Amino acid sequence: MATAADSREDTFPKLLARNARVRPDRTAFRHKDLGIWQSWTWKEVHEIVRAYAAGLQALGLQRGGKIAIVGYNRPYLYWTIAAAQWLGAVPIPVYADSVAEEMAYVLAHAEVTLAAVQDQEQVDKILSVSDQMPQLAHVLYDEDKGLRDYDHSRLHSIVSVIEEGRARLAEPQAMAAVEGELQAGKGSDLAIILYTSGTTGRPKGVMLTSNAVIAAARIGCDFDKLDETDEILAYLPIAWVGDHIFSYAQAILAGMCVNCPESPETVAEDRREIGATYIFAPPRIFESMLTLTMVRIEDASALKRGMFHFFIRHANKVGERILNREAGIGLWDRFLWHVGNVLVYAPLRNRFGMTRVRTGYTAGEAIGPEIFRFYRSIGVNLKQLYGQTEAGVYITMQPDGEIRADTVGRPAPGIEIRIAENGEVLYRSPGVFTGYYKDEEKTTETKTPDGFVHSGDAGFFDQTGHLKIIDRAKDVGKMRDGALFPPKYIENKLKFYPNIKETVCFGDGRDYVACFINIDLVAVSNWAERNGVVYASYQELAGHPLVYDMIEKHVDEVNRSLASEPRMGGAQIKRFLILHKELDADDGELTRTQKVRRGFIADRYAPLIQALYSGATEADISTEVTFEDGRKGVISARVKIRDMDLYPIEPATSLPEAAE
Amino acid sequence: MRAPDHPILAKGDVLLAVENVSLGFGGVKALTDVSFDIRKSEIRAIIGPNGAGKTSMLNCINGFYYPTEGSITFQGLKRPKMRPYEAARGGIARTFQNVALFKSMSTLDNIMAGRSIKMRSNFFWQLFRHGPAMREEVEHRKVVEEIIDFLEIQHIRKTPVGRLPYGLQKRVELARALAMEPELLLLDEPMAGMNLEEKEDMSRFIIEVNQQFGTTIALIEHDMGVVMDLSDRVVVLEYGRKIADGTPDEVKRDQRVIDAYLGVAH
Repeated sequence: MATAADSREDTFPKLLARNARVRPDRTAFRHKDLGIWQSWTWKEVHEIVRAYAAGLQALGLQRGGKIAIVGYNRPYLYWTIAAAQWLGAVPIPVYADSVAEEMAYVLAHAEVTLAAVQDQEQVDKILSVSDQMPQLAHVLYDEDKGLRDYDHSRLHSIVSVIEEGRARLAEPQAMAAVEGELQAGKGSDLAIILYTSGTTGRPKGVMLTSNAVIAAARIGCDFDKLDETDEILAYLPIAWVGDHIFSYAQAILAGMCVNCPESPETVAEDRREIGATYIFAPPRIFESMLTLTMVRIEDASALKRGMFHFFIRHANKVGERILNREAGIGLWDRFLWHVGNVLVYAPLRNRFGMTRVRTGYTAGEAIGPEIFRFYRSIGVNLKQLYGQTEAGVYITMQPDGEIRADTVGRPAPGIEIRIAENGEVLYRSPGVFTGYYKDEEKTTETKTPDGFVHSGDAGFFDQTGHLKIIDRAKDVGKMRDGALFPPKYIENKLKFYPNIKETVCFGDGRDYVACFINIDLVAVSNWAERNGVVYASYQELAGHPLVYDMIEKHVDEVNRSLASEPRMGGAQIKRFLILHKELDADDGELTRTQKVRRGFIADRYAPLIQALYSGATEADISTEVTFEDGRKGVISARVKIRDMDLYPIEPATSLPEAAE
Repeated sequence: MRAPDHPILAKGDVLLAVENVSLGFGGVKALTDVSFDIRKSEIRAIIGPNGAGKTSMLNCINGFYYPTEGSITFQGLKRPKMRPYEAARGGIARTFQNVALFKSMSTLDNIMAGRSIKMRSNFFWQLFRHGPAMREEVEHRKVVEEIIDFLEIQHIRKTPVGRLPYGLQKRVELARALAMEPELLLLDEPMAGMNLEEKEDMSRFIIEVNQQFGTTIALIEHDMGVVMDLSDRVVVLEYGRKIADGTPDEVKRDQRVIDAYLGVAH
């Protein structure tokens, strides 16, 4: 259905008008209110948005003007976006949970003159910082609860603005003017500014044109063949690019129905009632659903519990292969899976509200492979995608039948990907952003002259042409021969072994990679008991030759896996040592959130690093430590160093660099 | 929200007057010669140390006890001896110190139970949930849903009340009392056992009920911060007697109140 959008409909309000023409009586939006799903057809939405646009115009919103949108997913807030775009104004959705100061910064930076918010809480927040936003003229609200005694000179309910617009549109002249505004909109106009939260520094305003947002939305619509029969539950922050593309852009483009939940706490139940066919959630949501299920099942009767575990084990074995339609699955295994489907999987999918889900996506961060596999094994077509606000979401996606937990998939249709010298992923597509609002410097930093965008992430394509993200690009170093050195990637591979608790790798600007290893006392002492290794202290255990042998095997396996991956072979670990003491936050070696403080460790253990790179087979070290009672002492030790045999690096094959 | 058939009172008129009420259980005097009034649309707090007779006073007001002496006038009519359900039908709703809900019923059913006082169709129709009974139920459900929305408890609509945390149970109890669309709402320690956040929420709801529906509220509460912030007027009881009555500021300065709360050197 998406392909039916012809080129003349190059803005979302125009697409909305098309929907009202093509499918006037299909449900466009639903919102559960007072326990009942209230619904609006495309025809009604079109009429409301047009009247709303007229009302906003009366409040002084013009082409190029800015309106902020703050709140939970509500139809009227989505319609604010459409009404603003109708006039050629720029909607700026803001995270509803941001504190007043943050919100003030964004609203002032974006120079918004109007703000449409959900309820009293948001009204209060904005009024409390209104002195920092002198240009803010009016505040509009959706829910009037608690607002009855407020000064209404600058405060209006959205419904009253729509009523005002409707009254004005009764005049043919006004109607013609508003319709004229719609036609004056072009695809190259700025459609929206999405502020990225950003872990460092101030939020940046990512500017996207209508053409870009439509191009991005079309990728998803075509890829997963979305049409007007699809249902989506809108529950993620409206200021987040994912929600904007999924619940607004794709919904309007494909004509599917957007369902707004009753409250943030009722999402799971609302999804079940609606029977969403298309879902999107960050990994933590899938994780918490699974955890909750596992906890509840432990309270179930023994029979149910046994049945659950039996069939989940079976699903683990064959479920994913059945979903992938792989050949070579025994008849009995298939039969058993279908029995399990009736008894366990289908009821579970129903519980999760995923009975009708055709495609589910997760993105944002890495999902645990076992969690990912769990959902797939019970028959939910869950996929990963890799995306960014600057790309209008899509960079890579996983096509059906090629879904793996450890990669993020192939380049999405229409996306060109290039891997830079330093391993950074660069992409170009019709959906990328125009620039950061009022930040020319950052824009030129991020966008190359030929239109590629620096993702800030380092990655590589594996043998099958799937992209694998390894680390933030700025953390990836380079060795003297120019080979990439991704410290976290190597360390995570090592830490995958339960015997290894912490590791610190060195290699930036060096000839080879060397590393410190901390053994995990619980796992290794358990191993020692089983293998008859006698020891008196952590220090003795850490220095035991048999422990070294065991760790050496782990390091060897990591080396083999690195050698098999393109561009990673140069980062094989040549020498390692096992530290005589545990890295500890009390000694300043770890942060309080248990992250390694690389620079500090390099200084403190300088003699050891020197030995790693000098060819010595052992080194002496004494370090000051802080005991739990606050006393200080010195630990001295002689630490042995092991050399590793490296694997030959596979010749660099011409892998899909710029794929499309 | 308005209950039918009674003289319409304006804001500030006396809604309920307690005159020289005494209550005794055998030799024990729970209340001695207490007089005060509750005015339309105000929040009236009743405070006092443990055992001062606060709950006994509420029990008299909602007809659970009948005063041994004195009288209670509600909406201009001197009250005869009556049963609690008659008081309820007259427009007095209450919540309890220890939550008194139907634990195995859902939140929704508990609140609907609060509406049963308004059911007019006869038992036969209600038994089969048809005809007029069904139409009535739809009407009542609408009111109940508005209360659910108002108190933000949509997510527990179908959860059995017994499984809910205490703070939410208190909120359901308030919802059930509101479902009666009371003229006078009696709250017996609505914040007891709540954490700060729950107290803030509950305070907000109490204020909103009062402002949005104009419901008159009488509450017993031990958290002085809450009492002083919420209430328009405070009456203080000690050993069954009234020792002070006035605005929060007046009461706070009253020497007898300070003595009652802090103890006095004998």
